[in-house]
Amino acid sequence: MTARQAPGIGSVAGIAAAVRSGEISARSVLQSSLERVADLEADLHCFNAITAEKAMADADAVDRLVGSGLDPGPLAGVPVALKDNLCTEGIPTTCSSRILAGWMPPYDATVVSRLRCAGAVPVGKTNLDEFAMGSSNENSGFHPVHNPRDRSRVPGGSSGGSAAVIAAGTAVASIGSDTGGSIRQPAAFCGVVGLKPTYGRVSRYGLIAFASSLDHVGPFGKSVKDTALMLQQMAGREPLDSTSADVPVPNYLDQIGQPVRGLRIGVPEEYFGEGLDPEVRSAVEAGIQELAKAGCEIVPISLPYSKYAIPTYYVVATAEASSNLARYDGVRYGVRAREGKTLAEMYRRTRDAGFGAEVKRRIMLGTYVLSAGYYDAYYLKAQRVRRLLASDFDRAFTKVDAIVTPTTPTPAFKLGEKMDDPLAMYLADIFTVTANLAGIPGMSIPCGKSREGLPIGMQILGKHFDEPMVLRVGHAVEHAMAG
Amino acid sequence: MTEYETVVGLEVHCELATATKLFCGCRNAFGEAPNTNICPVCLGLPGSLPVINRRAVELALRIGTALNCTAQRSIFHRKNYFYPDMPKDYQISQYDEPINLGGFLELVDGSRVGIERAHMEEDTGKTTHVGGGGRIREAGYSLVDYNRAGVPLVEIVSRPDISSAAQARAYVDELRSILVATGASDGRMEEGSLRVDANVSVRPAGAAEYGTRCEVKNLNSLRSLERAIGYEVARQIALLESGERVAQETRHWDEGDGRTHALRSKEEANDYRYFPEPDLAPLVPDARLLAAAAEGVGPMPAERRRRLSELLKAGPEPAERRDGSTTDQVVTVVDLGLDELVHGAVTAGADPHLSLARAANEAAANPDAAKLLDPIAFAALLKMESSGQLSATQSKEVLAELMTHGGDPARIAASLGYEQMDTAALDSMVDDVIASNPEEWQRYRAGEEKVAQFLLGKVMRATKGRANGKLVAAAFAARRSV
Repeated sequence: MTARQAPGIGSVAGIAAAVRSGEISARSVLQSSLERVADLEADLHCFNAITAEKAMADADAVDRLVGSGLDPGPLAGVPVALKDNLCTEGIPTTCSSRILAGWMPPYDATVVSRLRCAGAVPVGKTNLDEFAMGSSNENSGFHPVHNPRDRSRVPGGSSGGSAAVIAAGTAVASIGSDTGGSIRQPAAFCGVVGLKPTYGRVSRYGLIAFASSLDHVGPFGKSVKDTALMLQQMAGREPLDSTSADVPVPNYLDQIGQPVRGLRIGVPEEYFGEGLDPEVRSAVEAGIQELAKAGCEIVPISLPYSKYAIPTYYVVATAEASSNLARYDGVRYGVRAREGKTLAEMYRRTRDAGFGAEVKRRIMLGTYVLSAGYYDAYYLKAQRVRRLLASDFDRAFTKVDAIVTPTTPTPAFKLGEKMDDPLAMYLADIFTVTANLAGIPGMSIPCGKSREGLPIGMQILGKHFDEPMVLRVGHAVEHAMAG
Repeated sequence: MTEYETVVGLEVHCELATATKLFCGCRNAFGEAPNTNICPVCLGLPGSLPVINRRAVELALRIGTALNCTAQRSIFHRKNYFYPDMPKDYQISQYDEPINLGGFLELVDGSRVGIERAHMEEDTGKTTHVGGGGRIREAGYSLVDYNRAGVPLVEIVSRPDISSAAQARAYVDELRSILVATGASDGRMEEGSLRVDANVSVRPAGAAEYGTRCEVKNLNSLRSLERAIGYEVARQIALLESGERVAQETRHWDEGDGRTHALRSKEEANDYRYFPEPDLAPLVPDARLLAAAAEGVGPMPAERRRRLSELLKAGPEPAERRDGSTTDQVVTVVDLGLDELVHGAVTAGADPHLSLARAANEAAANPDAAKLLDPIAFAALLKMESSGQLSATQSKEVLAELMTHGGDPARIAASLGYEQMDTAALDSMVDDVIASNPEEWQRYRAGEEKVAQFLLGKVMRATKGRANGKLVAAAFAARRSV
């Protein structure tokens, strides 16, 4: 096997197997990854930081283990990219925000250390919408990411960098975070696989919070199997995150490739209505057709509360964000505005200069919905709707094994197209936010292309902790579409 | 002039005596070098998450049990406001679903003060404003020590049942002994382990509605609590009497000038935007935790005082103490945790009143040593005193020795030379005193009781205190009636 294959550098399983057997060195895998980064990065801006030196040391450590006959782990030598809202010890972590410029966390996020333990080699920190707030990556405080499939278009967001590195082949796998669709939507736009696991499946410790009850950490890969292999190393109860679930982690490869005959696949009418691009509709319907051909029973279902998902999401998410982002006040770390005669003035100037427009908009929105006199009408009501929305899914999953929808209403849009219209931008997440509100697993897989050659994503949703089913159905579609 | 009544409710913040902080593994310690007991969690670094300290929950439940509260499923809320001593710019606290709800505290005088709630929250760091008299507005710069940030607190909120400054003091005093007795806190007000805010209002006596209240802060001792409430009540009455109104505000007690001062209203215009803390699961006290909490809570001081008073009813109260001092002794003994010693001694046959008196006075002088006293040895000593083998003075000396070195009271008495004087020696001593003080003896015989003390003193001096006062007095009395 040669390390350099176009586009990219092989699969997670392939690289790990080759590195573990000594067939190729982790160093050579890393080098070809870094070469590709050097070729493409100036055009794509996927990375906020490339940690070549540290990565080289990590790769050499893997190779030394192999040399001494020891097992470097199931992800041995796999170059991975980390969204820049995951804390990395001694490596700047910015959330693509000016307010955190230069901040160096003193610790690794749990997922980061778990991936390291598994032998993966982190190559850098990927660009995102500031504090993961956005659907196009244009809210980055530094520079927007370009979609490798069409550089005039956005890669989606907020994990745009992590999706784009897979599409560009500059990393074999990557990690993102998903608060309202931030893994699945960019995966759809970039034509890769992105998985948002069940809430509590993967530790959030070290993930810089946007909206704590909606934030999820999850993997990107070129294939369903790669994604499953990554999740395998990330999942599982961890004492540092009180919301991480004490639920056994199954082998995620077990159901991949299992026949899907007889599975009941729910197709919710609300996700195929007005506003859905006809090309996306026909591509996803074609995917559903493939499942039918494979013997799945296609069941029309209804998720009536989904129509309230966007307003519900923007109340809950912004409320939590307004509190989570309070700590960026110039007192302890990050950037502090020098001027300011009083404490209040220092706070104001620091936050005014440090945060971008979208972050400020959401902090204000969230502060408003939590204010005395408005709390009941907004936050409390949103929490009630959230529960109703979740029970929609509970009911549906008594009838079906998985639910299939388009990931996004349209394929990737042009850079700049929606920047002046925040509401239009928010609607890019209309099919994905429900899974965050309900806490259920969701995955986006490539499902055909538009006439212009833009990737289209299919979203597969499952019951809580039923990632194996999501992976199984996803793999079936992936397999059929490739065939 | 209208008669007014005082209405006070107290909020007491109690630092829990845990080894580690509420949401991380950092040490919970007082007085260490600034910013040494800190980590990503208690510094609120991006990406860090809180994990509840089980021991803190247990201690909070203990406090609730001791205050007769109901333990319930509770959740944490975020209280949002900006201040440099608050690492996350929100405090994790409890709001409308606290861990302990409803209860009461019984004071020494038997009165009860209702407890609204006793909830958990994290402490903030400590800010020191340097320059400008220590006020933030005039300070040159400010220093923040986050060692205290994240230390577990229980906030105990009383109902507005307190009707005087003295009762407020008695409440805090009693609460403090409970907190110490349960092991929940070291109760050190001077180190800030216990911090009190008072909500004070006045109203015409008998009025149905409460007056406008002021919250008084910076009460660092029982004395300042009492003084501040006294001042505040007088201030409010003076306002009302002159036809003015009391403004609802937060006031700062100044120990120096003995007054309360209004804080700038701007500084308190906070909308805390409480909402449920999404990083923590609801706290559902399981059976094991409740059992552990209950186990840690013995009988409370009020109950222990009752038990001790019961014990005293068994024996007649000596005439010389029928002045209420018994009650004080009961309070002292319970407060110092010496009631078990008294119970043990009485069970072993000692006189209840004598046991109490020696425990409240002599043993109390060294409570740590007294707690280690063997109640059997203590009882043996007291029995020697009651039977006249030892004088009161001798008994106290033996007790002091017993507390410092332990041992057997009879041997200690012997080693101190407190062998009982034989009756013959005592008789001749008494006769000698009568012979050499004929005038006093005649007055005594004529019924002048106070001369008895003079005669007794002579014998005691002659025997260098070795004689048993009771026996000497009896000897004089016997000779008079002949």
